[in-house]
Amino acid sequence: MEDSKVVSTSEHLLEVKDLTTRFDIEGGQVYAVNGVSYTLDEGEALGVVGESGCGKSVHALSIMRLIPIPPGRIEKGEVSFKGRDLLKLSDDEMRQIRGKDISMIFQDPMTSWNPVLTIGFQIMEALQLHMGMDKVAAHARAIELLELVGVPEPSLRVDDYPHQFSGGMRQRAMIALALACNPSVLIADEPTTALDVTIQAQIVDLVKRLQQKLGMAVIWITHDLGVVAGLADRVNVMYAGRIVETGPITEIYKNPRHPYTVGLLGSLPSIGERTGERLFSIPGEPPDLIGLPKGCAFAPRCNYRTERCWNETPELEEVSPGHYAACWEKDKVRKMQ
Amino acid sequence: MTGKETTPQSEIIGGRTISKLEAWLGTDTYRMLKGLVTNPISVIGLLLLAMFVFIAAAAPILAPVAPGADPYHIPRDGYGSVPKPPGADWTHRQPPMPFWWKAVTGHDQWIHLMGTASGQWDIYYGVIWGTRTALFVGLSITLVGAVVGIAIGAISAYYGGWVDMVLMRITDVFMAFPFMLAAMTLSAVLTPVLGKGIFPPIVALMAFGWMGFARLLRSDILSIREREYVLAAKVIGVRDSRIMFKHILPNAIFPSLVLGSMRIGSYVITFASLSFLGIGAEVGFADWGQLLSFARAWMTQLTEYWYIVIYPGTILVLFVLSWNLVGDALRDVLDPRMQGSR
Repeated sequence: MEDSKVVSTSEHLLEVKDLTTRFDIEGGQVYAVNGVSYTLDEGEALGVVGESGCGKSVHALSIMRLIPIPPGRIEKGEVSFKGRDLLKLSDDEMRQIRGKDISMIFQDPMTSWNPVLTIGFQIMEALQLHMGMDKVAAHARAIELLELVGVPEPSLRVDDYPHQFSGGMRQRAMIALALACNPSVLIADEPTTALDVTIQAQIVDLVKRLQQKLGMAVIWITHDLGVVAGLADRVNVMYAGRIVETGPITEIYKNPRHPYTVGLLGSLPSIGERTGERLFSIPGEPPDLIGLPKGCAFAPRCNYRTERCWNETPELEEVSPGHYAACWEKDKVRKMQ
Repeated sequence: MTGKETTPQSEIIGGRTISKLEAWLGTDTYRMLKGLVTNPISVIGLLLLAMFVFIAAAAPILAPVAPGADPYHIPRDGYGSVPKPPGADWTHRQPPMPFWWKAVTGHDQWIHLMGTASGQWDIYYGVIWGTRTALFVGLSITLVGAVVGIAIGAISAYYGGWVDMVLMRITDVFMAFPFMLAAMTLSAVLTPVLGKGIFPPIVALMAFGWMGFARLLRSDILSIREREYVLAAKVIGVRDSRIMFKHILPNAIFPSLVLGSMRIGSYVITFASLSFLGIGAEVGFADWGQLLSFARAWMTQLTEYWYIVIYPGTILVLFVLSWNLVGDALRDVLDPRMQGSR
C-alpha cells in the first residue's frame, strides 16, 4: 500500500466523505449526489433509503467507480476503503477491488445475467479472476456457492443458462456471484424490488444469514423502509442527493426527526391499522435534480417549513447519540400518529 | 423458494440437459438450429441450399470434363452463333459422357441438356460448374466483408471517441459511392493488376461490401453495452477487453450473422451483373452472369431461344432465394431473443 494512497488511519472499513457526483447534460448538470458522508464498519448493515432519483444508486456506483464518465463525473469527495482512497486508484487497482473486496447485486435479476453464458461460467469468472483458481477448482467452488445461497441441486444447475432459472433463483445465484470472493462489503441495490413479496423475504433472510456467517458489511439500498427494518443496524435517509437523516434503525423508527423520514414512515402500512383509511403519501414530487433550489430541497413538500428553509440549507446535526438530522425544525418534527 | 418447490423444474431441465447435442452446442446455438430446422420457410431455404451444395460437390460427376481440361471453361460445340435447343446432340469436341447418362436414359449419345448459348457454349455445363463459382463468390465476399466490417464496427464501438469518429466517417465515405458504379470502376482498375477473371470483381465487391456489417455491429454493441449484465461483469472486476469479447460480442453478433446470410445471395446477383456487363469473369467462364450475357444479342427473340435465359436465370433466382429464406428464418428465430422475451 503506497503512502500516497493512505488517506486516513480511521478504523472504519469504509469511509465516504463529501462524495459529490454530477452528470453533465445539455444546458446544465444533474446534481445527483451532493456531499454524502458516512462510515461503515466491518460486519455492519447499513440501509440507504430514499425514493427514486434521490441519488442512492448513483452514490453506490460512485463508490464502485462505475459511473459512466462522461457524462458523469465525481466532482469531489473521498471514499476511503481500508485506508485507501478508491477515487485515487488506477483503473487496474480499482478492478482488483471490484468483486473481490466490494461487490454488488442489482435490482433486476432478469437482466443482470448475461443470457449467452451459463450461471456457472459467470460465477467462475470472478473466482478465476480474483482467487487465481483454475477451471476445475472454480467449478467446484461455484457449486458450493450455489448451495450456500440455497439453489437446489447446485451441481446440476451450475451449467444452466440464466433463462432456465426462476427470478428468485437468479437473485440467489447473483448473491452467490457477489459473495464468490468473500468481499468485505456487499452493496445491494434494491435486490428485492423486482421479486414477489414472499421471495423478497427469503432474499432478505438469506443476506442477513450470510452476513452473520461471513461477517461482511452490507449496504442495502432500497426505497422501502419496511425491508430495511429487519435487516439494517443503521439507516441513511437520502433526499435529493443528500443524507437528510441518519441513525440507528430503532431510533429512526421511534423518533424520526426529519419531515421526509416521517413521511416515509407514515406511508408504510402497519398491522393493526384501522381499515378503510388511506395510507399517507408525501405531497408533491421529488425535486428535479437539474439545478437544485436554494435552501432545503424538501421545503416545497414540507409541512414544517419556515422562511429560513427556502434560503439556507440545513446540515446534519446530532439530535441524540449517533442520530443526526438535517432540518431547521428538527426539534418540532414528530412521528405521525 | 425451497428445494421442494423447484425440484420439478430441475427435473425438466435435467431432462433437457440429457440431450447431448444441446449440451455440446450450447443452449442458444441449439435453440437457433432447432428453430431453423422446424421453420418451414427455412426448411425450404436449407433444402435449396443443400441442393446447390450437392451440385457443386458433384459437378465432376454431373458434368464431367475431358481429362486435363479446365472445368471452369465451358465446353463449346463449335462456333456457330445460333443457339441450339435443349436435347440437341453434341457434334464437336464432345466432353466425356457421364456414366449415369446411359443408365438413366438408355441413350448412347451425350446431348446438350439445356441447349447451347450463342457461340455454342453448353448451358448445362455452365449452370453446373457455375454453382461452384457462385458459392465461392458469395461466401468469400461475404466472409471478408463480414470480418472486415465486424472488426471495424467492434473497434469503433469499443474505443469510441475519435477512433469511432474517424472509422465511421470512413465508412460513410465508402457508403457514399453508388455501390454498383464503385464496384465496376474498382474492378476495371484492378483487372490489369490481378488479370482478367473473377478476382477483380470479387476484390471490388469485398472493398465495398463491409460497411453494412460495421454499422450494424457497432450499433448493436452500443446498445448491448448499456445492459445491466455488462455492468454486473464490471462489478466483479472483469477486464474491459474480456467484457467486449466474452460478454458483449456474443450478444451483439447475431444480427450481423443474419445480414451475412442475406448478403451472400445479393453479392452473387451483383457479381452476375458485373459478369453480364463484361467486367466479371472472362468469356466462357462457368459463371451464371457470364452465361446470361450470351443472351444479350438474342433478347428480341427470347420466345424462340428461351432456354438461354431461363436455365441460368432460374438457378440464379433459386440460389438467391435460398439464402434469403435462410436469412429470413434466422432473423425470425433470433428475433424473440433480441426482444428479451425468453
